[in-house]
Amino acid sequence: MDFTEEQIQRYSRHILLQDVGVEGQEKINNGKVLIVGAGGLGAPIALYLAAAGVGTIGIIDGDVVDLSNLQRQIIHFTPDVNKPKVISAKEKINLINPDVKVITYQKLLTAENALEIIQDYDFIVDGTDNFPVKFLINDACVIAKKPFSHGGILRFDGQTLTYVPGSACYRCLFHSPPPPNAVPTCSQAGVLGAIAGMLGTIQAAEVLKYLTGVGDLLTNRLLTFNAKTMEFRTVHTKHNDNCPVCGNHPTVNGLVDYEQAVCDIESHRKNK
Amino acid sequence: MSKISVNGKAQELETSISITELIKLNNVAQPEMVSIQLNGQFVNREDFDSTKVSDGDELDFLYFMGGGQNSYQLIVEGD
Repeated sequence: MDFTEEQIQRYSRHILLQDVGVEGQEKINNGKVLIVGAGGLGAPIALYLAAAGVGTIGIIDGDVVDLSNLQRQIIHFTPDVNKPKVISAKEKINLINPDVKVITYQKLLTAENALEIIQDYDFIVDGTDNFPVKFLINDACVIAKKPFSHGGILRFDGQTLTYVPGSACYRCLFHSPPPPNAVPTCSQAGVLGAIAGMLGTIQAAEVLKYLTGVGDLLTNRLLTFNAKTMEFRTVHTKHNDNCPVCGNHPTVNGLVDYEQAVCDIESHRKNK
Repeated sequence: MSKISVNGKAQELETSISITELIKLNNVAQPEMVSIQLNGQFVNREDFDSTKVSDGDELDFLYFMGGGQNSYQLIVEGD
């Protein structure tokens, strides 16, 4: 593709980067990335990928913006309260960068639609808040041989890993979803807003590294950090032969919608 | 006395204990929420009781973490 004068100017700080250059920027502009969840993680991921010029960004989220989201979901602004998150996100993405084609899915990712939706994308980013969908993204990506970035945050902590076909998947580390009733109370743990930005921008960087082929992805490693101590730690992992989806004797051969904790569903309802 | 490391930090054990006991010792409030890597290999949950921790072992406790919006409490204690 030929860049216009305006695009050369817009992407000049990428083009100047020796490892990226015009060629790398072209790869970014040709990239198709699906972001699952337009919340705390999805917000910075979407903003940075839009600014970087990712050609097609898909966003899937069934929620509407709530006042309590604004403490960390920086793609949504105060006037967006009650607006569908995917619409709010699309508006901001196009304000930052009109080059980006945004595809919105105002629904939940489910066992039924996951494979069909992800097939159109080069890379999937998990910005979700619940384990059933985290496992669904993992299984769908392993089955469809799609790379993805896992992200999780809690209180002052964050964790992320990148999967490419053949590397350790989320289930290699975490065999199956936590039992739905394992959570003793529904009290939400809360999260420091900036943690979402810290983790989301790491995930966005992984996407750009994947698209451009620059550097070493966070594969076979789980990066964790604690913002209270500001200690980052990388746990080296490897493909687990006993993994239920990508191990030697897989028991997960299709997609399932795991049950979310009952109390959690109720807390979601209350939030709406 | 054996010296082990848990998440990169040194710990000393008076006696030989199992992974289940080590989880208790580390005050993990919800053991079902932790994955354990022993010297770089994942240990099956069914084997937590029977797997003993020995001098020089390196363990990683990996916790479930939710995500962007309504993260709820899964791990308690410690940090």
